[in-house]
Amino acid sequence: MNPISFLTQMIRIAIPYLFAASGGVVAERAGIVSLTLEGFMLSGAFAAVLGTSYSGNPWIGVLSGMIGGLIFALIHAVATIRYRADQVVVGVAINLLAIGVTRFFLKLFFASSSNSPRVTGFGGNINAAGFDNPLLWLGILVAPVVAFVVYKTPFGLRVRASGEHPDAAESVGVSVKRVRYLAVAISGILAALGGVYLALDQHQFTDQMTAGRGFIAISAVIFGRWDPIRAALACLLFAAAETLQIQLQGSHAIASQFIEMIPYALTIIALAGVVGRAVPPAALGKAES
Amino acid sequence: MSVTTQPIGARPTTAGTPWRDRAEEALIPPLVALLVALICGDLLILSYGQSPGAVYRLLLEGTWGNAYGFGQVLYKATTLAFTGLAVSFGLRAGLFNIGGESQLAAGGFAAALTGLALPPGTPLIFALPLCMIAAGLAGGVVGSVPAYLKTRFGAHEVIVTIMLNFIVLALLNWFIAGHLHVPETLHTPEIHAGVLPRLADINSTFHGSAANLALIVAVLVAVAVWFYLFRARAGYELRAVGLQPDAAEYGGISVRRVWMRALTLSGVIAGIGGINYVLGYKHYYEDGFASGAGFLGIAVALVGRNHPFGVLLAAFFFATLSQGGLAIHAFVPKQMMDVLQGVVIIAVAMSVPEVTRVLRSARRRSDA
Repeated sequence: MNPISFLTQMIRIAIPYLFAASGGVVAERAGIVSLTLEGFMLSGAFAAVLGTSYSGNPWIGVLSGMIGGLIFALIHAVATIRYRADQVVVGVAINLLAIGVTRFFLKLFFASSSNSPRVTGFGGNINAAGFDNPLLWLGILVAPVVAFVVYKTPFGLRVRASGEHPDAAESVGVSVKRVRYLAVAISGILAALGGVYLALDQHQFTDQMTAGRGFIAISAVIFGRWDPIRAALACLLFAAAETLQIQLQGSHAIASQFIEMIPYALTIIALAGVVGRAVPPAALGKAES
Repeated sequence: MSVTTQPIGARPTTAGTPWRDRAEEALIPPLVALLVALICGDLLILSYGQSPGAVYRLLLEGTWGNAYGFGQVLYKATTLAFTGLAVSFGLRAGLFNIGGESQLAAGGFAAALTGLALPPGTPLIFALPLCMIAAGLAGGVVGSVPAYLKTRFGAHEVIVTIMLNFIVLALLNWFIAGHLHVPETLHTPEIHAGVLPRLADINSTFHGSAANLALIVAVLVAVAVWFYLFRARAGYELRAVGLQPDAAEYGGISVRRVWMRALTLSGVIAGIGGINYVLGYKHYYEDGFASGAGFLGIAVALVGRNHPFGVLLAAFFFATLSQGGLAIHAFVPKQMMDVLQGVVIIAVAMSVPEVTRVLRSARRRSDA
């Protein structure tokens, strides 16, 4: 196995996770459950292909992808923050809605029930192995930036306060609702970028193309104990396992199904506290009173 | 879920509230959601350049208007009834079982293995209970994992059940793809025993539809759940824990034991649902047969307001949407129904706290 090709493939696989997990960290640290990442990614992927296909410019695709994720994030935010709907229920519904909406519009705009036509993307130089894609570099940078925002800025402090102790935050004049709206919006945009990367990398949208990546991102958030850097490392770990699976294909050393299980099994182990307990933000999932 | 979203200081919903008030609080949110869904449906149909009236008429004709369509609705409703009952059973204890997807699959898998192991010609009266026990056990085992991790380590059941879905489905895929499949397929051989009679065998106008005896089993399970929740002491404890775990603990109920029991039984109910596809329709286990039914169970429980009979109605409603998609497909893509499912869930989830709040403040004003 060539270590360079292993590393480059691992990073390319990790990019969608890095975007989505960073978004997940922001929303969950503000107290909003992030079961929605899968739906945000899917809507971002579709909107990116739609925008690119109509403009011929992948940057317009990036922009429309972000807007796509933002729209779903706002639906989630209004339902859970304004109307205090249950975050888990709405989260599940957002994912179902994203599948439905992308399927419907796939039919409406591209007259297909499986995939869109091919669109242009970034880079494409064979020798660059995907590293001439600006979104890839953005994906590498997103976790450190989110870490800086969460730990070193006043906004980050408000996010953490809203997730740990919303009443205390309110009492010193923080509008918990506004902070949570912003956090969900940011998570929608970031997760959507993960979907955008995926779609533009494959040069098309296919039905349910995110295939559970949003849930792997949630695993990374939990396994990384709600810390942006540790979540990013978890993303790399999960991506490494996946790369291993791909590169071992055909050798039948381990059945691929067992490597698929790794992120989920590690998450359960982390939650059960076998190696250091993963404790969520105190006010996670609770509607602000 | 009304538990967590209820405003602090609101009147409790179960005791002392007249049944009319409770009925209003239970029925208005689904009706609001139906209205929202109809409007969204109109917009989607118009975006496709069709007339909403004509499409809705087609939808009704293709589902309730003929025996085949109605039979298909009943078949789809059967699986959803099981997963919906499973989710609502957990929710009554204040626990969210999102593992319906894998519990249903595990149940179907176990039912198929039992049907394969039994000698050909085993009478249904023996084969059905055995297959059901196997299916329920398999679902219960999957359900007991988050139950154990919750009571022993405090691991949140939402995340554990989601993660477990992926693990169990990968495991089943490994069994099927690697060991038990008929060559060139992803399903097991046909079962030797336990094949359920179809509705079409009793009344030939249902010919071709997959509705089968599992429908009756679903109704019986709903009755059993109702009896357990509202007439048995264990169910009283379960609901008490769901409403106010601390008060229940103080009142001498072991919250951990109730949680353990609730999530495990929730898995059992979802697992038994596997018989609808395996014993009633295809007569084999196929990889991916449960796809989507587990998640829709959450929608069914929500719209059915966590009452067993409400769940049956809601299962019928969502099955109609799904079958209706096929009926209108020539004019509007059936994917429209996927959109409407999501819309209905969000609309109900949003309107439950809101409707409760508005109704209660109106009543307080009329009381004063």
